[in-house]
Amino acid sequence: MTSKTIKVDYLARVEGEGGLYIKVKDEKVTEVKLKIFEPPRFFEAFLRGRNFTEVPDITARICGICPVAYQMSAVHAMENALGVRVDGQLRELRRLLYCGEWIESHTLHVYMLHAPDFLGYQSSIHMAKDFPDIVKQGLELKKAGNEIVRVVGGREIHPINVRVGGFYKIPSKKDLLVLAEKLKRARDLALETVKWVAKFNFPDFTQDYLFVSLAHENEYPFNEGRIVSSNGLNIDIKEYEDYFVEEHVKHSNALHSQMKTGENYFVGPLARYSLNFDKLSPLTKETALDIGLSKTCKNPFQSIIIRSLEILYALDEALRIINSYETPEQPAIKLEIKSSKGYGATEAPRGMIYHHYKIDDDGLVLEAKIVPPTSQNQKTIERDLWNFVPDRLDLPLDELTWQCEQAIRNYDPCISCATHYLKLTLDKE
Amino acid sequence: MARKPKLAVWKFSSCDGCQLSLLDCEDELLALAGNIEIANFLEASREVIKGPYDLSLVEGSITTPHDLKRIQEVRKISKFLVTIGACATAGGIQALRNFQSVSDFISIVYATPEYISTLEQSTAISSHVKVDFELHGCPINKEQLVEVISAFLFHRKPNIPAHSVCMECKLAGNVCILVSNGVACLGPVTHAGCGALCPSYNRGCFGCYGAKENTNTSSLSNKLYQLGVKNQDIQKLFRSYNAYTPAFLKESKAHD
Ligand code: SF4
Ligand code: SF4
Repeated sequence: MTSKTIKVDYLARVEGEGGLYIKVKDEKVTEVKLKIFEPPRFFEAFLRGRNFTEVPDITARICGICPVAYQMSAVHAMENALGVRVDGQLRELRRLLYCGEWIESHTLHVYMLHAPDFLGYQSSIHMAKDFPDIVKQGLELKKAGNEIVRVVGGREIHPINVRVGGFYKIPSKKDLLVLAEKLKRARDLALETVKWVAKFNFPDFTQDYLFVSLAHENEYPFNEGRIVSSNGLNIDIKEYEDYFVEEHVKHSNALHSQMKTGENYFVGPLARYSLNFDKLSPLTKETALDIGLSKTCKNPFQSIIIRSLEILYALDEALRIINSYETPEQPAIKLEIKSSKGYGATEAPRGMIYHHYKIDDDGLVLEAKIVPPTSQNQKTIERDLWNFVPDRLDLPLDELTWQCEQAIRNYDPCISCATHYLKLTLDKE
Repeated sequence: MARKPKLAVWKFSSCDGCQLSLLDCEDELLALAGNIEIANFLEASREVIKGPYDLSLVEGSITTPHDLKRIQEVRKISKFLVTIGACATAGGIQALRNFQSVSDFISIVYATPEYISTLEQSTAISSHVKVDFELHGCPINKEQLVEVISAFLFHRKPNIPAHSVCMECKLAGNVCILVSNGVACLGPVTHAGCGALCPSYNRGCFGCYGAKENTNTSSLSNKLYQLGVKNQDIQKLFRSYNAYTPAFLKESKAHD
């Protein structure tokens, strides 16, 4: 009587294929498995022997939702290996490109994947029947992010303009000024978005997370910084593997990450926000405090608010970059190939992503290691479900199942990334 | 009122980029949803309306024993089946495993190889079932996607040009980067669809739309060779996102 199974064979509104299996016996959760059955694609293996110049484009194909995150992490790791730094306006253009991906990816999640859960719709298309203007607003905002990626990167999915050392072609000031007009309107929509999502009902579910993100001395982190945590870790990117490990578990085609000390940790918007609040733009900080948030946020359901704030921030930042933009003289800096190792970590919309490569004298890849955000969060997602389900066992099974799905979608899990997959099962015996 | 046609979107081994193209149709999405029933599209909706479906869009390649069975099911319940993207049409970047032993690959990525269930090869959908139309690209072009959906649902032939990127480049009025700058470019042998994007960004085409039909890859290779491109780099050019498309496969093997 008191036992049940929560089972979702194919999780919806996540990127990739996965499922959930939760088993409850005598009012106690006895098993939680976030199953990732997205077929493995073996990127780290077939990257071996490829030219270092091909790596940003190849790794982009790990994920169609956040290709820029892969491209940026790859170029930074390769530049680290070759001992060069891309600075000035080229660095700013990379930041602008990343703003575009954050806006596009976060808006997709806020409006199309997550908001329907809060309002009780199967999808945003169902939601559009009752709230056409809201959904149109979301589509317009998403389009603004896509426009940035298109102007700077050439196209929205798998941009073609990024290379190790810089870009192939640089946008003119005029191209960017045309873009800026659209971004100003999008910033107003982002502000509306924050106010809209702040009014949702949030389950009372505050957790004591170990947050991990990049931190930079004067900016909200995108491409560079040190790896920091809420319990005082502060390390160089190249030390990542000294502190974090990946483990291969049977129910998942994605590797699970944890701290070497055995703790699970949290990467993504909540971590970034809580560890870097002071670096947000004045408008973003003011808006956050106005809607009653504090400088840290430990309720994963409120990640929809934090994503909306990060959209607002990314628009502010994009406009700042465009305003002070001066066309750089060269689209890319010169590179000299040498055998070495390089490390890169950047902040993908879903959280920190780490790349490490070893290349030979000809610039061919000898070794590659890629740790995407979803594999780092998998353990924490499972931990959330262990804590979330016991207080809600009186709910009808379909409602409880939906709430568990929502708890997973809090992380905007990208399963394609994690295998370089998600499916839900609740077993009440 | 007549019944709205039912659309389903299926995912196999892929990056989700091609199906995301549908959600990226910000201007057309709601109008499209008004004319068709989005009956099965897990990335966007929890609701799954049972088949049969009037049109199935298939993303991704076949790489597991389970998917081998699933694609047969999808074919049975679909009136028309259209593959979207290089993964579904040619096996995708993950078909690079086809050139090596997959067990070596598993042990490079996973500590416990016995947990992984996978096939030796990553193969195109057409290797397993009848495909009614193939849309090229890694990723596909979203305008072409909208065109294909409307064409199939309203029973006309899709208007998708089958010439080369090289032709698109000339139509765009670009100066040829291969001839003028000596940049290695697969434009002459690559299927049109992107609007000659890379050459417009001063970059050689790397063939992400796959091979155009009846193409002469060896004469392009000779030209690249004369430009000083190394044999192994020519091989890599043909061996990427569409490595298992027959014309590119043959050409890359010629450089072994
Ligand atoms: S063809 Fe390219 S963009 Fe499309 S799903 Fe495959 S990897 Fe992604
Ligand atoms: S030019 Fe070639 S590589 Fe570039 S987008 Fe077009 S088909 Fe793809």
